[in-house]
Amino acid sequence: MDRQEVLFEYLLRLGDNALILGQRLCELVGWAPELEEEMALANIALDCIGQARLFLSYAGEVEGRGRDEDALAFRRDVLDLRNALLVEQPNGDFAHTIGRLFLISAFNEQLYAALTGSADRRLADIAQKALVETRYHVRHSGEWVIRLGDGTEESHRRMQKAIDDLWMYTGELFTTDEIDRKIAEAGIGPDPATLKPAWDRRVEAVLREATLERPQDGWMPTGGKDGRMHSEHLGHLLAEMQFLQRAYPDARW
Amino acid sequence: MYTQGLDLVPKGAEAQRPKDAEEVRLEEEFQKKIDAEIRIEPDDWMPEGYRRTLIRQISQHAHSEIVGMLPEGNWVTRAPTLRRKAILLAKIQDEAGHGLYLYSACETLGVSREELIEQLLSGKAKYSSIFNYPTLTWADVGIIGWLVDGAAIMNQVPLQRCSYGPYARAMIRICREESFHQRQGYEIVMAMAQGTPEQRRMVQDALNRWWWPVLMMFGPPDKDSWHTAQSMKWKIKRFTNDELRQRFVDAVVPQAERLGLKIPDPHLKWNPERGHYDFGEVPWDEFWRVVRGDGPCNRQRLEQRRRAWEEGRWVREAALTYAEKRRRRREAARAA
Ligand SMILES: [Fe+2]
Ligand SMILES: [Fe+2]
Ligand SMILES: [Fe+2]
Repeated sequence: MDRQEVLFEYLLRLGDNALILGQRLCELVGWAPELEEEMALANIALDCIGQARLFLSYAGEVEGRGRDEDALAFRRDVLDLRNALLVEQPNGDFAHTIGRLFLISAFNEQLYAALTGSADRRLADIAQKALVETRYHVRHSGEWVIRLGDGTEESHRRMQKAIDDLWMYTGELFTTDEIDRKIAEAGIGPDPATLKPAWDRRVEAVLREATLERPQDGWMPTGGKDGRMHSEHLGHLLAEMQFLQRAYPDARW
Repeated sequence: MYTQGLDLVPKGAEAQRPKDAEEVRLEEEFQKKIDAEIRIEPDDWMPEGYRRTLIRQISQHAHSEIVGMLPEGNWVTRAPTLRRKAILLAKIQDEAGHGLYLYSACETLGVSREELIEQLLSGKAKYSSIFNYPTLTWADVGIIGWLVDGAAIMNQVPLQRCSYGPYARAMIRICREESFHQRQGYEIVMAMAQGTPEQRRMVQDALNRWWWPVLMMFGPPDKDSWHTAQSMKWKIKRFTNDELRQRFVDAVVPQAERLGLKIPDPHLKWNPERGHYDFGEVPWDEFWRVVRGDGPCNRQRLEQRRRAWEEGRWVREAALTYAEKRRRRREAARAA
């Protein structure tokens, strides 16, 4: 793989994480527990879609085969998606939605912060914008984790279950493969493993305040970011998201 | 408009008890302020009927913003491009914000948001019947922006001068955003009208389905709209339903022509003497049927609102409980 191909793959990982998380949040329009949260979730979804556009447009340019953000978002199938398993998990109840948002946003916060120092100027600029947005996502979701964890008996139980259910998908975020190594060597992005201590501190502080237990690390599935093995959920998400572009391939919208 | 003058209370049902001299004086003073275009603010004296009319109108408007998120929300996961998806999300987020300002405006009149939501979920309160129609293709999203938001603007621009201050101010904020909503809708329609035969079919079909329901948004004809006269006197309303409907038709017909779309009304014709378009009779029996609950999506829309509210109950309870715990902890810390 040459340098451009590595960068392309890396940008897909960033773009697809934002895209798939944003798409999951889009599913929630009209389902929030209160009006303020309706706005907050739509706002976060909007940030994610905006980030996806920036990463994917850049990916398309790096690839140099004429694919734009929409070609990449709407005309790739499961085998070519590069998002982490965590973001494709279904929304579940509000505790799962919030738990997923918190765990990934706490990771993205570290990642984007590191990327603002990227040797790749364009990527550093995108990361700067995304970082500001993501800090709000972490704060917003973290506050909910605390409220739900330290709220009623029911909300505590649900929030703990959500964290327990999602925990196994956090391992993949910190794995380092060939692409990550090359990206780190080129000074483009951090080795994901190095982001773990700060993420741990952030997550543990919130869980503690929420009176929730940090789950034991067990088996952690991988296969999202390298596209080796996504979950069954992703295909359904894509079928819905890509419907118009697939059904009317010649149309412009 | 989003409120459609849906006053199902029959004329004269509001009991007329004799007014004492003081009340008569207050009412005269109130009307003088209105006539002098002085804004009424929450702490000012106002006739009970004025307050009730406003609560009804503003809450119907708020409910319409909230229920109105659903037909568009139906397409946000399937928007055809990322740009369109982002624009639609931003629009839906705006509508939630409109609902919030309007509920707040309503609260200044002494009803809580919870009460208003209860009324919506129990089916007691009305919302605009336009949102009881389905969005079947992506073209519907365009048509909603172009025509539904367009009709809303036509209604809401005069409401910026409504005599009740909080409502008028909410409208000023809302109108700014509504014109962006209309533009994005028109853009979607334009892209499809210039697109493939399949796209042109979708967009013409959507126009055919939405045209009459959109004209119904302005409310029943003036001859059947019993609250109009009083609302005009109080300057809650500045134009009648029929006046606004005519303006809307006059504005939209040339736009449809430019797009190469056909408005599904055989009676539609420019009338040079009137300087307006003549148009056919709105199917009012359909309007009343949908208002009474029998439209294509009435049950579905309310059911979704109810389910979202029910499923969110534990979350709202948790937030309240947590806030209470925090308050007590802070107090305990201060006492220590
Ligand atoms: Fe609105
Ligand atoms: Fe509106
Ligand atoms: Fe709107």
